[in-house]
Amino acid sequence: MCEYPQDLRYLDTHEYVRLDGEIATIGMSEFAIEQLGDIVFLDVSEIGDAISKGGRFGTIESVKAVEEVNAPVSGTVIERNDSVIADPELISDDPYGEGWFIKVRVDDLGEIDDTLTSDEYRALVEGE
Amino acid sequence: MANQENITQSLARTPLYQIGVELKARFSSFGDWEMPVQYSSITKEHEAVRNNAGIFDISHLGKFTLQGKNLIDQLENLVPSDLSRLQPSQAQYTVLLNPQAGIIDDIIIYYQGLDTIGTQKVVIIVNAATTDKDKSWILTHLDIQTVEFQDHSRDKILIAVQGPKATSYLQSLVTADLTPIKAFGHLETTIFGQPAFLARTGYTGEDGFEVMVDSEIGIELWQRLYDAGVVPCGLGCRDTLRLEAAMALYGQDIDDSTTPLEAGLGWLVNLDTKGDFIGRSVLEQQKTKGVQRKLVGLQTQGRNIPRHGYSVLSSGKIVGQVTSGTFSPTLGYPIALAYVPSQLATTKQQIEVEIRGKAYPSVVVKRPFYRSQNRVTS
Repeated sequence: MCEYPQDLRYLDTHEYVRLDGEIATIGMSEFAIEQLGDIVFLDVSEIGDAISKGGRFGTIESVKAVEEVNAPVSGTVIERNDSVIADPELISDDPYGEGWFIKVRVDDLGEIDDTLTSDEYRALVEGE
Repeated sequence: MANQENITQSLARTPLYQIGVELKARFSSFGDWEMPVQYSSITKEHEAVRNNAGIFDISHLGKFTLQGKNLIDQLENLVPSDLSRLQPSQAQYTVLLNPQAGIIDDIIIYYQGLDTIGTQKVVIIVNAATTDKDKSWILTHLDIQTVEFQDHSRDKILIAVQGPKATSYLQSLVTADLTPIKAFGHLETTIFGQPAFLARTGYTGEDGFEVMVDSEIGIELWQRLYDAGVVPCGLGCRDTLRLEAAMALYGQDIDDSTTPLEAGLGWLVNLDTKGDFIGRSVLEQQKTKGVQRKLVGLQTQGRNIPRHGYSVLSSGKIVGQVTSGTFSPTLGYPIALAYVPSQLATTKQQIEVEIRGKAYPSVVVKRPFYRSQNRVTS
């Protein structure tokens, strides 16, 4: 069974965001990572890059498929998870912990209200 | 996102479908069939076949048995390979050709020999999506007065047991001695007291067998091999395994518009030792003038996968197309098959593959990408 931590918010394109003050940690949901299987490649925006809500900031690729990674909120990239970029297989071990992609300084905290709650996201993917 | 495809009720299921469900396999549609893509992970299943043994349900493949007088002679007309060399219990991987020498399908013809009144028997295994097309092509071109054709595509199970330890796992369940069977060798024997067709063939680049049996026997065989520790493998790793071995996938690397000489299957074409066959004149021309394009192996820099349909570039211009690509679990880097102009089809040639708008340096490499140390000879 996949987990959908209650303290996170989600996009219908399967990214999650964890808000800590004005810093957002962004990654991909366990459901999405499991669906992709065997991840071989992750590429994300550089530190200092501006990303905008709904826009693509990276690419994740598995043996089976390649997908865009989209921004749940607008802001500036302040950190990249170099260990999963170097070894993307690690993402599936701990998608909500060590498997995060980037940290962003958020422009407008109000944007978080447009994302899905844990229950909404779970209903969306499990209904699929 | 990688949501499961909508699977409609109209897809066919093999008798092993329920076992896949119980093992929590992930299913997808392959042509008209709903087949397991993976049971655990493509990479883990891939490694099991390279290092130990895996079992695949390949019952979706087309399975024909034919018998008749002069059957081999009649089949000669349909393929570029010299079938007269086939001894009983040997098999030939080959292609059915259209008059333009385009590949209708790639198939294996297993010659079972002839009986006392001169009737020759063969088994032909063909791709799933092309089963109906092949059947009508074969029936159109054989003398149906003298040849009896039976289609077992829906009533027999086909299980592939592949890997360096595949033979020893299988040996424990059959009385016939499997060790003397050479690559592409085959025999009719019994499993659990029931008739079985066993062939030392596969689509993984490893040693192993393909077994054709009735449903109940197939289900029991699967269960016994699984209980013994053979790893259930889906069609996902079957694709990464065959690609490392640089085996063509019909509909992707080869099709009605590609000839065997373009596809690197020249070793199947025996113009000098056999007479006329469908597509011969085109192949003769190509042999004399050379082909315009060739299928080559590519190794791409970085970790991005060059996928089917991506462009191959040389000096910034599109010169070809990727037909298959994956991240090679064994080698740890992306590999691909691609058609390129013949003048670029030489080992160490530098070219580029365009992946999502960016050109990645690539190099033409020898095929296969991976060669097993455990293969038996033919």
